[in-house]
Amino acid sequence: MNPFDIVVEYWPRLLDGTLMTLKLTFLGAFFAALFSPGLALIRANTHPVAQAPLRLYISFMRGTPILGQLFLIYYGSGQFRPFLQDWGLWGFFRDPFNCALLAFALNSTAYQTEILRGGIMGVARGEIEAAKAIGMTRLQILRRVTFPHAYRIAWPALGNEIILLMKASALASVVTVFDIMGRTRQIFSRTFDFSIYLWAALIYLCITAIFVLLWRQGETRLSRHIGPRNTGRSILSPPEGPKP
Amino acid sequence: MFELLSYGDAGWGDEILAGLAITMQLAIVTLPIGLLIGFVAAFASMSRHAGLRAIGFGYTTIMRGLPEILTLFVVYNGVGLLLNKLAVWWDPGGTNIEFSPFAAGVTALAMVFGAFAGEVLRGAFQSLDEGQMEAGRAIGMSPRKIFFRIRLPQVWRFALPGLGNLWINMLKDTALVSIIALDDLMRMTKVAVGVTKQPFTFYLLACLIYWALCVLSEVVLARMERGANRGIRRV
Repeated sequence: MNPFDIVVEYWPRLLDGTLMTLKLTFLGAFFAALFSPGLALIRANTHPVAQAPLRLYISFMRGTPILGQLFLIYYGSGQFRPFLQDWGLWGFFRDPFNCALLAFALNSTAYQTEILRGGIMGVARGEIEAAKAIGMTRLQILRRVTFPHAYRIAWPALGNEIILLMKASALASVVTVFDIMGRTRQIFSRTFDFSIYLWAALIYLCITAIFVLLWRQGETRLSRHIGPRNTGRSILSPPEGPKP
Repeated sequence: MFELLSYGDAGWGDEILAGLAITMQLAIVTLPIGLLIGFVAAFASMSRHAGLRAIGFGYTTIMRGLPEILTLFVVYNGVGLLLNKLAVWWDPGGTNIEFSPFAAGVTALAMVFGAFAGEVLRGAFQSLDEGQMEAGRAIGMSPRKIFFRIRLPQVWRFALPGLGNLWINMLKDTALVSIIALDDLMRMTKVAVGVTKQPFTFYLLACLIYWALCVLSEVVLARMERGANRGIRRV
């Protein structure tokens, strides 16, 4: 079959899968972004002993495969079925989408917390002291000084994390969520036309490229008080460093 | 619960250890191949030819943007098809060639590792001090000698933290090969779950093993970094 015929025939499925991938990625990143600022403050400011559970959680999330975390939640919840049914949570865990979203949100929370902690630690001490000196309350300092700076410092790394999350969301296809990867495998199993994988690759690359452009816009906006900065290197620009 | 994990016919300890052995083999075989691809990609993207540079940057950019599982399926299904087409072309009516899941896993993981390693190594080569190469030339070292005596030892030092992270990521990504039916740790866990109906226990065990491997890797990498940075003044 001609590589274009397969897109003409199956584009509604691919579009459906693309929307599912975007939904998983966006919601996962969103829920993680809700929890990470608070956790990052704990990581940055409290006594090491008090952080022990949080550090254990982050280490576990970063030290185990996301596939393992997904299986632990999706299949593992079955072991507690009577208990979950008593609590009325079984309906939640029976749905693969919910389980995938929960796994991705938990995983991304760990990564985003560490990235944001780095941002918070990177805020200049003098800025905080100045804010204290002019009588800002602690909440005001967090809202007007610490977090705006921390997010600007952490912004590129947070963007990378969201791209990683988008790539990881392809794992949801393993527990029968029909994202891009799931749809692609479904179409391949019907047609045995290899080109569908290349179309899937193209979609993933387009999503990444568009996201990178949007994220750079965000970075420019967050850094507008700093003045122009060097723009990113292009593929076509000559390499830096030693000249031949 | 412990008899479930015992060694022998009654327990799953031996099956899971066998899976762990496959996981380790996969990671250890992938590492040198991935590093080789990484060096090639790094040299291509630092080349003086615009064409090679575009290929190098194109490879690292595309491979880093694709989900690992997609790469794995492309390799597993695509290379399998390609091999069979070649086989038919070479010897029509011959037997089908099976592209083994292990080879597919190593190829896909090495391609991903190589793309990320290419960027790490390029960064490391570009952070070398130009004056040292000049000094090498000034005392009459050959380009080859300069590479092995001056550039490579320092690239090792600069690239080690990045490569260490990639190793840990790759170790975790080996879990993906369970999807293409290779009997690694994750798949043996799945088999155990299918028989014992204790998914949480066994998947938690698998996660704990991966976790232990990662923590162990971190400890070893920290020691290696200390070794690589010996003789360097700490600021």
